[in-house]
Amino acid sequence: MGSLVITDVYASVTTDEGEFEIIKGVSLTIESGTTHAVMGPNGSGKSTLAYVIAGHPKYRVTSGEITLDGVDVLSMSVDARARAGLFLAMQYPVEVPGVSVSNFLRTSVTAIRGEAPKLRTWVKEMKDAMMALQIDPAFAERNVNEGFSGGEKKRHEILQLSLLSPKFAILDETDSGLDVDALRTVSEGVNAFKQQSDAGVLLITHYTRILQYIKPDFVHVFFDGRIVKSGGADLANALESEGYEQFSPASA
Amino acid sequence: MTIAPPIDLSPRLTSLDPAVFGVPTGREVEWRFAPLDVFSKFFQAIDGAGSVTARGATEFVRNVDVLDLHSSWLPTDRPMAIARSLVQQAVVIDIPKDRVIEDPIMVDLQGSAASCYQHVEVNVGAFSSAVVVLQHDMDRDVCGAIVVTVGDGAKLTMLSVVAGDTNAVHISNWHTTTGRDSAFVGCTVTTGGRAVRISPSVTYRAPGGSAELLGVFLADSEQYLEHRIFVEHEQPHCTSRVTYKGALSGAGAHTVWVGDVLVRRGATGTDTYEMNRNLLLTEGPRADSVPNLELETGDIVGAGHASATGRFDDEQLFYLQARGIPEHQARQLVVRGFFAEVLARLNQGQLRDAMMRLISHRLGLPEQVSTSGFGS
Ligand SMILES: Nc1ncnc2c1ncn2[C@@H]1O[C@H](COP(=O)(O)OP(=O)(O)OP(=O)(O)O)[C@@H](O)[C@H]1O
Ligand SMILES: [Mg+2]
Repeated sequence: MGSLVITDVYASVTTDEGEFEIIKGVSLTIESGTTHAVMGPNGSGKSTLAYVIAGHPKYRVTSGEITLDGVDVLSMSVDARARAGLFLAMQYPVEVPGVSVSNFLRTSVTAIRGEAPKLRTWVKEMKDAMMALQIDPAFAERNVNEGFSGGEKKRHEILQLSLLSPKFAILDETDSGLDVDALRTVSEGVNAFKQQSDAGVLLITHYTRILQYIKPDFVHVFFDGRIVKSGGADLANALESEGYEQFSPASA
Repeated sequence: MTIAPPIDLSPRLTSLDPAVFGVPTGREVEWRFAPLDVFSKFFQAIDGAGSVTARGATEFVRNVDVLDLHSSWLPTDRPMAIARSLVQQAVVIDIPKDRVIEDPIMVDLQGSAASCYQHVEVNVGAFSSAVVVLQHDMDRDVCGAIVVTVGDGAKLTMLSVVAGDTNAVHISNWHTTTGRDSAFVGCTVTTGGRAVRISPSVTYRAPGGSAELLGVFLADSEQYLEHRIFVEHEQPHCTSRVTYKGALSGAGAHTVWVGDVLVRRGATGTDTYEMNRNLLLTEGPRADSVPNLELETGDIVGAGHASATGRFDDEQLFYLQARGIPEHQARQLVVRGFFAEVLARLNQGQLRDAMMRLISHRLGLPEQVSTSGFGS
């Protein structure tokens, strides 16, 4: 049993206009095998929290601590965090021109596993993983995320999740841009991963529809850079009917 | 981007007589970037200079005495005029008409002395198709011309590889004339040498010709790499595409890309686009990029240019690193990908892979990564 522990984290971004605090004291413990949903309005800082955990250089953690199985994460480089078992499926996956999906996946799997997979078994492993997510094998030769539709990008993120098999996965709005069928396929991918690996999952979303497929153990409401309410799966339904308005200072 | 001086629209001065051209002083538009102290050795005749020949003659590749050379090409600057008047041996690659030669013709050039003059002549007969790769000798200082004639309906893909971890000085003017409905792809791969100046130019002899000029270059500390392109559209319904990409790292690395495209009044239906992108991998290098398009007629299909010099995209780096790939390797992947976009246009899988390996090697990227998954 492992855990990803976030303790009273504050983080800010520096722009031309100065330094802005976006994350304003977040504490959250995710035990392996559990799924936490984080829901909140646009601009509340959900993606920033995900980036901070993954180590995006744009954001500066001003105080607080993040540990993975007791080990300090914040002092690790981005790639070291990934090798330690963290994975972030991004809301806006990045295009990497001239780098094919197959080359990218193989390079990444080699880095994470610490050795290159055997060529013959690797090709089959990749093809099987693609098939499970209903990704056309032709994508293997396309450049990473280049010209992918929104839904294709999300499937490609989950393809990486299933091949890299991390200890903790953060899924940032993986459901957005997916039609009903794609949502089901992708959710099955995430569920299969959860079953096989007993991983912890942090699921960031706007809507409850993905929660019908991927059952959360806990739901957290995110507002203005912090968690303002936590509860069980039923909290999501309350949010769906009542919205986030109730959490704004104006309505308090 | 550097401000482009207007293209001189008057016909270019051509002569076999070096005295017709003044000794460059650095004030000339064509020489304003170049380290003249390094190139100046080729501004005067060199005692004891040798000639460049091809190692091992084949069915198509011959070394000939220049006295037996039939060439109508005329030099356009002083170094070329000196080289043309003093070179003793020429390399001639003749492809007869109506021949389709699939295997690349590899031409391993070799100089006979520390400083050499060069004259390479390539003629592709009507309706033939060939692939020619010139591998330049980077253990010698070389100055000279590559003169290409593509026959009517013919196809030529040609690479000029200037690679090698040496201090060589290299100047070459690579002039191509295309025939009716012919297709020329010319690619420069430049990674080696202390100071390199390559001037690819294209003129169209008849309507319907297409020219694709590609280039990849990598400049390291204290390297000067210049590519000076000139495409002159005089005939109707011809196309040109110029795609050059460079990566620079280290103090004193300097690259210059000049793309002059001139569309003359009679060149109606012209379709042209030129692009140069440079990637600065570290602090310290300098990349000059000067696209220049002159239109004497508006009756064309399209004309455009783009030029950009930028730093590494940190988002790409983050994405790759977030998948466990160490920063050093992630950078190399991105740079490789940057160049792959150019080489993908070489519709020649085998050569494309070979050039990619050359670049990967230069970047210090392990072979295993470079060969898996590139291209088809
Ligand atoms: N790099 C940045 N530079 C400037 N402002 C930023 C940066 N990153 C985030 N912000 C700001 O921080 C706030 C939180 O952004 P974030 O993307 O984390 O929100 P979010 O909750 O993920 O929103 P959404 O639901 O739209 O995805 C926003 O106001 C955003 O504009
Ligand atoms: Mg977001």
